[in-house]
Amino acid sequence: MPMNKSRKSFPTHIVVFLAPAVIIYTLFMIYPLVDSLRLSLYAPAQAGGEAFVGFQNYEKLLTHELWAPRLQGALKNNFIFFLFHMFLQNPIGLLLATLLSSHIVRGKAIFRTLIFTPTILSFVLVGFIWRLILSPLWGISGDFLAIFGIENQPWLGLENTALPTLSLISVWQFIGIPMMLFLAALIAIPDELLEAARVDGATAWGLFWKIKFPLILPTVGIVSILTFVGNFNAFDLVYAAQSELGQPNYSTDLLGTFFYRTFFGVQLQPGNPTMGATIAGVMFIVILTGVLIYMFGWQRRLLKLEIEL
Amino acid sequence: MKKMVALLIVLSLVLSLSVVVAQDKVTLTIESWRNDDLVIWEDVIIPAFNAHYPDIEVLFSPVGDPAQYNAQLAARLEAGTAGDLITCRPFDLSLQHFNDGYLASLNDLPGMDNFGDVAKSAWITDDGSDVFCVPMASVIHGFFYNADIFAELGLEEPATEAEFLALLQAVKDDGNYEPLAMGTNDLWEAATMGYQNIGPNYWHGEEGRLGLIDGTVKYNEDGFLEAFEALARWIPYMPTGYQALTYPDSQNLFTLGLAAVYPTGSWEIGVFNSQADFAMGIFPPPLPEGAMDCYISDHTDIALGLNAASPNQEAARTFLEWMTTQEFAELYTNQLPGFFTLSNHDIAVEDPIAAEFLSWRGECNSTIRSAYQILSRGEPNNELELWRLSAAVLNGALTPQEAADETQAGLDAWYMPGG
Repeated sequence: MPMNKSRKSFPTHIVVFLAPAVIIYTLFMIYPLVDSLRLSLYAPAQAGGEAFVGFQNYEKLLTHELWAPRLQGALKNNFIFFLFHMFLQNPIGLLLATLLSSHIVRGKAIFRTLIFTPTILSFVLVGFIWRLILSPLWGISGDFLAIFGIENQPWLGLENTALPTLSLISVWQFIGIPMMLFLAALIAIPDELLEAARVDGATAWGLFWKIKFPLILPTVGIVSILTFVGNFNAFDLVYAAQSELGQPNYSTDLLGTFFYRTFFGVQLQPGNPTMGATIAGVMFIVILTGVLIYMFGWQRRLLKLEIEL
Repeated sequence: MKKMVALLIVLSLVLSLSVVVAQDKVTLTIESWRNDDLVIWEDVIIPAFNAHYPDIEVLFSPVGDPAQYNAQLAARLEAGTAGDLITCRPFDLSLQHFNDGYLASLNDLPGMDNFGDVAKSAWITDDGSDVFCVPMASVIHGFFYNADIFAELGLEEPATEAEFLALLQAVKDDGNYEPLAMGTNDLWEAATMGYQNIGPNYWHGEEGRLGLIDGTVKYNEDGFLEAFEALARWIPYMPTGYQALTYPDSQNLFTLGLAAVYPTGSWEIGVFNSQADFAMGIFPPPLPEGAMDCYISDHTDIALGLNAASPNQEAARTFLEWMTTQEFAELYTNQLPGFFTLSNHDIAVEDPIAAEFLSWRGECNSTIRSAYQILSRGEPNNELELWRLSAAVLNGALTPQEAADETQAGLDAWYMPGG
């Protein structure tokens, strides 16, 4: 019998069930990631091929007078891009979700669909449509802004307005995602809780901040980290609207475009895969840091809170 | 299992048969960024070639987005999936492909003696020992103007910079049209249609360009600085919101008759002939104060090379050899007006505007864009710096002196003249 027991104890079914996910994830995510990090430690050798150089590429990227300003510029722009989403897209998303979950708004399904639709459009389409809307020549933004007495500007062409404009376009496109996540969380709140609070005399304002908001805090955390990861990986919209050069004068250059430009090259500039991999390495570190802060600084405290409750 | 084996045998037989068939009729694939030319290749050039060589099929296969050509071609060459014939960008990009062994040497190709040294200069090793692409065409920079608007406002083709600026001022004063059709959004427009268009007159063409290469001339002195300053004088005449206008926007501004002058190059002729319904004229870059000799950017732009890994070497060489003939030179120059053959054949140019562009070769000194040869080998890339900084000058974000200093600093960061 003991033999039988030990045979039984090997959980073949777990291996079988895990295998597809583990194999696919390793093959298409972990291996390329590790290999890209490996590549960032190499540089083109004089004799052809690639030679191991340790952390020289990272040193170059962080300190060289040509590379460092580009990296700092891209990081700064990325951070601004993230702040726009964090403090505009997510609060407005929450506001919309609150309105859509309340009983006073009519035609909720229509609003929900309309607000969510841009999310499923392709970046190329969104970039192109907004370029047309904002075009100083053919665009309708001039007539529209004139109603409010605002003078039209070449919004995407000026160094100080291009990045905010682009961020707002992205906010417009993706506001549906936090809205849906918040809506799902709000709907899940048991009605008894809200009714009990109302019976106790809570106002709508108090109801939201004292009952609803604390209960959707986990979703706030998830939305924040999704926004962070998404924004620091962002590339498509800038590429579609402003090209890989992050024009004008690098004012819309994000880590993603900086990486693409370096890795694949532009026009007469040949691609530099090892420096490109180095930038990808920096992106990985930035995102990893953000995710770790979230996991240990936020998620753990939430868990503790739940246990205490 | 037996069925499987039988199926495999049949399959391999079919495959080997198709290989035999394929050996009879070779198919050559041409990689190109010129998707605008697809129809002309398919309807005119390839049938003309097949009239001589019916056994060689040719497939013209351009990329969808010309801006993606370099990256896609590099990836395909590395993966070994590139076509037999490769359209060559001028200078270093193709040179690098040759040095990496992706392009074959064409020294012994019969017919190469139909091209002069200048024509071959863009596709030859630094020591001149190997030529690796058959030169196809060059493009000439200049200014298009709307002749109807000129007639309406009583304007004439300007010869000097002062006349040019007075003309733009006159259009601006009239107020019905934009003086210049130009945008800085795409960056390259500012550098290619602006800086490199008017520049040769200021830096004296080849003298200045070669001076940059041997280190005796700087971007932030004399001619190259003056060209930035001349560019900055265009700012008052740029169209509304030009900072956000793209290349197609400026093309449309001009072809819709909304702007008087369009700084550009001969490659626009084909598009403009079909889209503009007004009379057009052209004039060469206006001369600076007191200058006597004129210079034009006559840029060696396009050539065709042989993929060293192609299995159809012989057929590909046959095609390349045919490209050196008078027949091809005539077809290409006249079917694609604005792209001028680089061969020594005597060609009659039918399109009047193309013929006028070509006539400048006799009146002015030719040069090529300053950043293309050698100077774009390092980082930061000189050509890309010129894109960004020319646009910054036109946007008013940088003064000409600042832009010129930055260009030179970028070059000094890696380039050792003579080294």
